[in-house]
Amino acid sequence: MKNEDNLRVIGASRRRVDARAKVTGQTRFADDIFLPRMAHCKLLRSPHPHARIRKIDTSRALAHPGVYLVLTGRDLPIQYGILPVSQDEQALCVDHARHVGDPIAAVIAREELTAFEALDLIDVEYEILTTISSPEEALATPAPRIHDYGDEGNIHKRVSLEFGDVEKSFGEADEIFEDLFFYQGSTHLPIEQHASVATKDPDGKLTIWSSTQTPHYLHRALAKVLEMPAAHIRVIATPNGGGFGGKSDPFNHEIVVAKAALALDRPVKICLTREEVFYCHRGRHPVLMKFKTGVKKDGTITGMHLQTLIDGGAYGSYGVASTFYTGALQTTTYHIPRYKFQGCRTFTNKPPCGPKRGHGTPQPRFGQEVQLDKIAEKLAIDPAELRLRIVESSNTVTANFLRLGTVNLAECIRRVVKISGWNEKFRKLPEGRGVGLACSAYLTGAGLPIYWNKMPHSGVQLKLDRGGGITLFCGATEIGQGSDDVLAAIVAEVLGVTTFDIRVYTGDTDLGPVDLGSYSSRVTLMAGNAAIQAAERAKAMLAEAVALRLEVPKERLCFAENRVFDSAAPEKSVSFQDAVCLAEAQFGTIGTVGSYTPPKSPALYKGGGVGPSPTYSYSAAVIEVEVNSATGWVTVPKVWIAHDIGRALNPVLARGQVEGGVYMGLGEALMEEQEFRRLPKKLSHALVHKFPSILEYKSPTSLDMPEIVTELVEEPDPCGPFGAKEVGQGPLLPIMPALANAVYDAVGVRIDEVPVTPEKIMKALAEKQAGRAPRYGPNHFPHVEWPEALRVPPPWEGGDGNAVNDVPKRARQTPEKEKVLSS
Amino acid sequence: MATFPIFPQESRKTAQIRLTLNGEEMDVAFAPYKTLLEVLREDLGHTGTKHGCELGECGACAVLLDGKPVLSCLVLAVECDGRSVLTVEGLCEDGRLDPLQDAFADLGAAQCGYCTPGILVTAKALLDKNPHPSRDQIRESISGNLCRCTGYLQIFEAVEAAIMKIAEGKRP
Repeated sequence: MKNEDNLRVIGASRRRVDARAKVTGQTRFADDIFLPRMAHCKLLRSPHPHARIRKIDTSRALAHPGVYLVLTGRDLPIQYGILPVSQDEQALCVDHARHVGDPIAAVIAREELTAFEALDLIDVEYEILTTISSPEEALATPAPRIHDYGDEGNIHKRVSLEFGDVEKSFGEADEIFEDLFFYQGSTHLPIEQHASVATKDPDGKLTIWSSTQTPHYLHRALAKVLEMPAAHIRVIATPNGGGFGGKSDPFNHEIVVAKAALALDRPVKICLTREEVFYCHRGRHPVLMKFKTGVKKDGTITGMHLQTLIDGGAYGSYGVASTFYTGALQTTTYHIPRYKFQGCRTFTNKPPCGPKRGHGTPQPRFGQEVQLDKIAEKLAIDPAELRLRIVESSNTVTANFLRLGTVNLAECIRRVVKISGWNEKFRKLPEGRGVGLACSAYLTGAGLPIYWNKMPHSGVQLKLDRGGGITLFCGATEIGQGSDDVLAAIVAEVLGVTTFDIRVYTGDTDLGPVDLGSYSSRVTLMAGNAAIQAAERAKAMLAEAVALRLEVPKERLCFAENRVFDSAAPEKSVSFQDAVCLAEAQFGTIGTVGSYTPPKSPALYKGGGVGPSPTYSYSAAVIEVEVNSATGWVTVPKVWIAHDIGRALNPVLARGQVEGGVYMGLGEALMEEQEFRRLPKKLSHALVHKFPSILEYKSPTSLDMPEIVTELVEEPDPCGPFGAKEVGQGPLLPIMPALANAVYDAVGVRIDEVPVTPEKIMKALAEKQAGRAPRYGPNHFPHVEWPEALRVPPPWEGGDGNAVNDVPKRARQTPEKEKVLSS
Repeated sequence: MATFPIFPQESRKTAQIRLTLNGEEMDVAFAPYKTLLEVLREDLGHTGTKHGCELGECGACAVLLDGKPVLSCLVLAVECDGRSVLTVEGLCEDGRLDPLQDAFADLGAAQCGYCTPGILVTAKALLDKNPHPSRDQIRESISGNLCRCTGYLQIFEAVEAAIMKIAEGKRP
């Protein structure tokens, strides 16, 4: 591919531009910032899961030597939140603590230890409220309300969408499958704990460095809560020591240090402890799911009805978007002509859930792919063959009006079947060994921004100087995924230089144009396309000036090897530096910009803002397992995965994203759990995090990692920069269902729950031995009062993307109400 | 929330040690309760070594103490008087990257880079002791260093590439 397209930088495995800084320990993370006169901040957090704050007395803390300032909720009363529809957080609780770890007060002192000490000197009077510990309890306990907004009682959001008459589709089916699944919550566990440093600049403005994936959204939240013009605030997203979605919300600690720095006129730093990172959370939502799917004997799906019950935790966060996401992407992998989705998110007194790698989609993908395994068995069709029969095709608009780009899922399936030796292994390995297959799709960038606006989603600015240097400015945030390298590689490719010739300044709201942030796998496609536009504009200016000098038509010029050549007579050339000088002499200072806005989505119904993307990535995975039937212990010797990436811009990094996704998927599949327990009655009976430490929150180590064989399927997608699609999130998604399917192949028990632990396998094996259904999983979906479904006829039933029982989008006047929710 | 012992202000920064940091002898004064990690980062300005948990769980703070990998968040700095500490900042020699650093940079072994310093020094200790470890020995040696980005495979490959490069460099 590389040679065909005559590319030199794109498609070559290269050392990433920030690699040297990382291997020498010179990457400056937020916690590595030390400024003169810097004070330290610590937060007092609620020990109760649900309480009214009756009184806070900070006088003893303030009197403690070395304490500069104590802040409480009254100092920062304005509510904020990542989504316009969920402005439900306060930097410090004013009168209501909603989970253990909710911040109540902040101490800022000369030393970190002094701040710690003074936390004990703050006297808080609490009135304990009933704890809501699960969605079932939330449905059954409308009062006390955790929030005074939301659909009803402790229900945050209920949605109901129907694309075609699903009941009718079940009538046309030969078989109907109904299955319940539960997907446990998990957390991101970035090795870097969240840290922020804020300072009042010498000119009186505010600067904050923070480990955030979304500097632009933090910028907006700070302006709102601090009641300052955004123009007087500078947010610098330091490189994140891992994000995975966990640093995508504006956080209370960021707002607190900003406020304190302004008040004290000195730098203020906070670095969360590991325990506090567990309280920040915003991780995977625990989701209970009910799938009802109708199929023909040949495996064709006639319709699907999905219900999800979602444990949101104590705040909105991205939750409304997450709720839609639990139903948005079911139609992107296989053809589903009629589809109904109902989702309900409840508030509970636990740290808030939010977006973790795959945001809202791994849970239903698990259910869908495990159910498909059951369908294949019942219909006596090989699971790979079944999927190949029903895969969706390129350039389709789905039942729920998602416009797909290139779809190479079939090729992914064929590749993993081949390289894994599937046909020799499936149902053929000895007892205790098995293989499982699963597929998935993911967005390459959310099609809509988090707040309603018509501006570009990403911008890139280039400055070319007389020395031949190129400086790139962009709001995109490097969280380890390699976005700085993507930007440099694209500009280097277009301008015929190397990535080392480019300086990259990213994640700084003062320096670069807005990029919405490192979430929804959007940066490569969106910032990448903006970078192409900016680079092409610079190239055009240089070409015009060089054409004049060399007296050749500009169309004949070729940019390569740090020179500009006449492609017809390569001996005629100028250096890149001379080309810049010629252009500067002709046009003045050379600076260009590029921007990117995703195409409009055909999904016009309310809720249609979640799911659209310029294009989708596809993955298929086969996992081999060994299950010890005496202990239930699962060992994974090998994983084969094929990922439809469009084009790998830097294959070594692309492979790293795939393997990292497989790793994190195995963690969720086998061990990771964000679990809670109640303290004994004689203590407070509080609902506390079962294990807010890395030691107890089990994640895979180097000893647990299987061999992984990665295949990148490369058919450039017209929407992507040089054809690239996402790779950061998609490859995680097929892992959990592939593992559960492999366990079934190995020992004949269905674990319809994540994580698949030895305990659950033993219980299912006991059921099997007793002659009962060989299964472990949920058996009941509680009653939810669903709202009337918005009925949107699918494209093949004459639908235009609007709901027939709602006002069409064009007529819906209030953009406020439409504030579209995506991530 | 946890209760912390209260130290009077004036008792802080009273400990003093002399240690060899990355080959250079230096004196440092600090509060006696500080860990080696805190003294490296806060009192000696060596921020290459990272905090990840402060409880010895993640391995991000690994350094070599007299050549052996330790978790610097679990070592009191007062225990380090007269001893030798190697951190990621000390891996370069004569301005050239260590073969491990080169291989990590080239082969995708550092994504976010936060666990990288700890893994690099742990791998160096392994290679100093055993120049030709097997893949399983590499796995074992870094099993206390958590990485959430890579899935470890590119780290194993980078260590193996460095082994080859070091062996080639030693050939006459």
